[in-house]
Amino acid sequence: MKIAVIVFPGSNCDRDMAVAVEQIAGVKPIMVWHRETELPKLDLAILPGGFSYGDYLRSGAMAAHSPVMREIKARAASGLPVLGICNGFQILTEAGMLPGALMRNRGLKFIHRPVTTRVESSRSIFTSRYQAGQVVTIPIAHADGNYFAATDVLDRIEGQGQVAFRYCDAAGAVTDDSNPNGSARNIAGIFNETKTVLGYMPHPERVIEPLLGGSDGRALFESLIGALS
Amino acid sequence: MTTATYSAEITPEIVAQHGLKPEEYARCCAIMGRTPNITELGVFSVMWSEHCSYKSSKVHLKTLPTTGPKVICGPGENAGVIDIGDGQAAIFKIESHNHPSFIEPYQGAATGVGGILRDVFTMGARPIANLNALRFGSPDHPKTRHLVAGVVAGIGGYGNCVGVPTVGGETNFHPSYNGNILVNAMTVGLADADKIFYSAAAGPGNPVIYVGAKTGRDGIHGATMASAEFDDESEAKRPTVQVGDPFTEKLLIEACLELMAGDSIVAIQDMGAAGLTSSSVEMAGKGELGLELDLDCVPVRETGMTAYEIMLSESQERMLMILKPGREADAQRIFHKWELDFAVIGKVTETGKLVLKMHGETVAELPVEPLVSQAPQYERPWEPTPAQPEIAASSIPAPANLTETLKTLLGSPDIASKRWIWEQYDATVMGDTILRSGGDAALVRVHGTTKGLALVTDCTPRYCFADPVRGGAQAVVETWRNVTATGATPIAITDNMNFGNPERPRIMGQFVGCIQGIREACLALDYPVVSGNVSLYNETNGQGILPTPVIGGVGLIDDVAKAVGIAAKTEGETLVLIGDTKGHLGATLYLREIAGREDGAPPAIDLAAERRNGDFVRGQILDGAVSACHDLSDGGLLIGLVEMAMAGGLGVAIEALPAGIPAHAAYFGEDQARYLVATKDPEALLAAARAASVPAMRLGRIAGAILTGPGLDAISVEELRRIHTGWLPAYMAAEPA
Repeated sequence: MKIAVIVFPGSNCDRDMAVAVEQIAGVKPIMVWHRETELPKLDLAILPGGFSYGDYLRSGAMAAHSPVMREIKARAASGLPVLGICNGFQILTEAGMLPGALMRNRGLKFIHRPVTTRVESSRSIFTSRYQAGQVVTIPIAHADGNYFAATDVLDRIEGQGQVAFRYCDAAGAVTDDSNPNGSARNIAGIFNETKTVLGYMPHPERVIEPLLGGSDGRALFESLIGALS
Repeated sequence: MTTATYSAEITPEIVAQHGLKPEEYARCCAIMGRTPNITELGVFSVMWSEHCSYKSSKVHLKTLPTTGPKVICGPGENAGVIDIGDGQAAIFKIESHNHPSFIEPYQGAATGVGGILRDVFTMGARPIANLNALRFGSPDHPKTRHLVAGVVAGIGGYGNCVGVPTVGGETNFHPSYNGNILVNAMTVGLADADKIFYSAAAGPGNPVIYVGAKTGRDGIHGATMASAEFDDESEAKRPTVQVGDPFTEKLLIEACLELMAGDSIVAIQDMGAAGLTSSSVEMAGKGELGLELDLDCVPVRETGMTAYEIMLSESQERMLMILKPGREADAQRIFHKWELDFAVIGKVTETGKLVLKMHGETVAELPVEPLVSQAPQYERPWEPTPAQPEIAASSIPAPANLTETLKTLLGSPDIASKRWIWEQYDATVMGDTILRSGGDAALVRVHGTTKGLALVTDCTPRYCFADPVRGGAQAVVETWRNVTATGATPIAITDNMNFGNPERPRIMGQFVGCIQGIREACLALDYPVVSGNVSLYNETNGQGILPTPVIGGVGLIDDVAKAVGIAAKTEGETLVLIGDTKGHLGATLYLREIAGREDGAPPAIDLAAERRNGDFVRGQILDGAVSACHDLSDGGLLIGLVEMAMAGGLGVAIEALPAGIPAHAAYFGEDQARYLVATKDPEALLAAARAASVPAMRLGRIAGAILTGPGLDAISVEELRRIHTGWLPAYMAAEPA
């Protein structure tokens, strides 16, 4: 299985992602610098968290136009699975690979804390090892995670089962109190129409062993490895 | 002594504006053998500023213990280096950015983080953790809210972007900081012990390289500003504050570490305070060589910059390196990959002079050795701080209701949860954070191993004010206890000495006293000082801060799986109090917040007891006999106990209190050398304590969700948590009065 972690100037969760992938998949991912215009044959591309290009202009906006993204877009269009975490999710929306946008948190501050999100569907290559409705505890660390899309877009992605995760309370109830950043309909993660691209604000790569505060992130990687190998 | 000579360019007023005393200027003239020009005067001015020269503090700092079996490099380099086994080293330092943060809180704090990060990765270390120590004025002061918001956002804005977790810190409020907040930032990095980079220039003819961001007109004379008192005009100093770019810093970290993986670098130094001046002078001085720089080659952000401006700019995210000959192209490739400036700006010479050229002319020529070695050193007159009376616990009236007292203290600014602050910091990036803010020390795993570094910052300024010797020692022992409480073995410290105007004997006496206390504690605990920073002149209109010698402690644990946190999370376990409780109330938070008094001597420090009790506790943790541990400090036993209960989400039934003292003194006294531990086998623990001659007593049981105890009304831990976490968010959300 060949997995690539794309590294932009300012990416800072690239190593964490590589560690998680290697630990769970047993294979070292290749690290691909953003200037690359050609990619080897891949089973999965991951856009890690961080502050690509300092998040200047808008989070993810400049990275979305990096040379490598042209190739990622083309491959994704022909079915390459792509996972974007945090800044990676922002890049995916800026690149038009996922609908909507991630705006400044409603409290206007950067927030780092473990949050509970509810798995909306286990019928995807990213979530098959979770149960639908399962509540997972995974940290967020972002200033721009406030998911926004027009009402008709939200209705459409809900209708097509593209909502992957929602912020919820410990019991799984989707409430305003449990929404850390003001995201529309508490959306924390979404799929593309074919469910081959996932953008997710929390950081599953940081919770892969109990010593680090939990292992709820593992199943996401296990799902992918199960589906792709 | 030679008399000062002045010229049209260098008038007494110009000299005074550069912060040099007439006699200091006379010494410049003597060294030069002529009147310096304005660029040369600028170099002298920053090199001889308090900030760069430590002229008031050096004679005292020299008395601190700085060596030990695990010390690889003590003070004098960019940061201290300790051996953590397996061929690895931890590199760390704490540094202040107080003056800039008061003037422009976001950028001041952000660039403070950037500066300390550079000090650490300059030496070849990948930064793995940031900590901070913050002091703000009274919550009632109209500026405090704005300063808290800006400083916290600045620390987060920088640290989060570079991707180094901010894992710990402390925040206090006191009116003495109304006009002078303190922002101390600490970075810890990890390197191979045989791949550490130093700053001494070597190899005449070797190229001098400038990398990083371009030089602009920002921050000119920051070091001089940081060496003067504030007055009502300080706002006008805003242009001396630099602007940070954490994105460039992140690129600079990656580019430097990539270059350091090879063997091209001879010496490297970051451009911190006093920018190109101090970096070039320090490199030349340490190597006992000269440097010749062509300022036309320095990458600049704007045209028309003078030599003076280029040399004194404090633009951020820049480094100066000396490479082996012929390595320029390889190095350039790396820096261009990371889209950073790279320029050969000069060469190492044997002249012993710093020669600056511009437009084909020599614009400055300074002898390096005397510039460094003849920097002024002062043995400033000092007065010992008068001893405060010991306050007997029995002389402090009991409160009407102990539970209300607990609630008041728990919601008081210094004890209230700082969650509002640390939730704005990314504490888990890099994927190795085991314990973080909200407990005792933070614990960060050494990547790819089972080892962990326990990290903490501490100081109790009210103790230092009342008795600098005790206060200095207490700051050291509190870090030692905090490291110990995780199960780690304390190894070394970094110190950040924040004081008022050293030209006042009373203030200088505080400094001397704190140094004495630090020295005594470090010696007794085998806990040397490996790096540090001094920030003086923290005064506004003659009003000095409380003496604040912040200590950053670092310890090591071989197996992070054996470490414990403060959370009492196992129903049915017993809490055991380790150490002697005498009910000390002088200079405590109880006295200040409840009795409205700030007098009295602070608690005595028994260094032998600290060591005995701490070694015992650490041994019990590593043996697996203890599931949670918390050191007792601010607010005493009951506050520590409630913090453990809140962290674990369980109640505690206190069954007995230390005998022979009033309940309020037992609950809130701040006796030192104490820990609370949770254990499932209290008998065995008490027997082991007896055998080790360590005072220990069974305090109560962890159970349910309610706190009960002698003299206390039953109260739910949930309500206590609401009080504890409520104060800061409510304060920050409130409209200024």
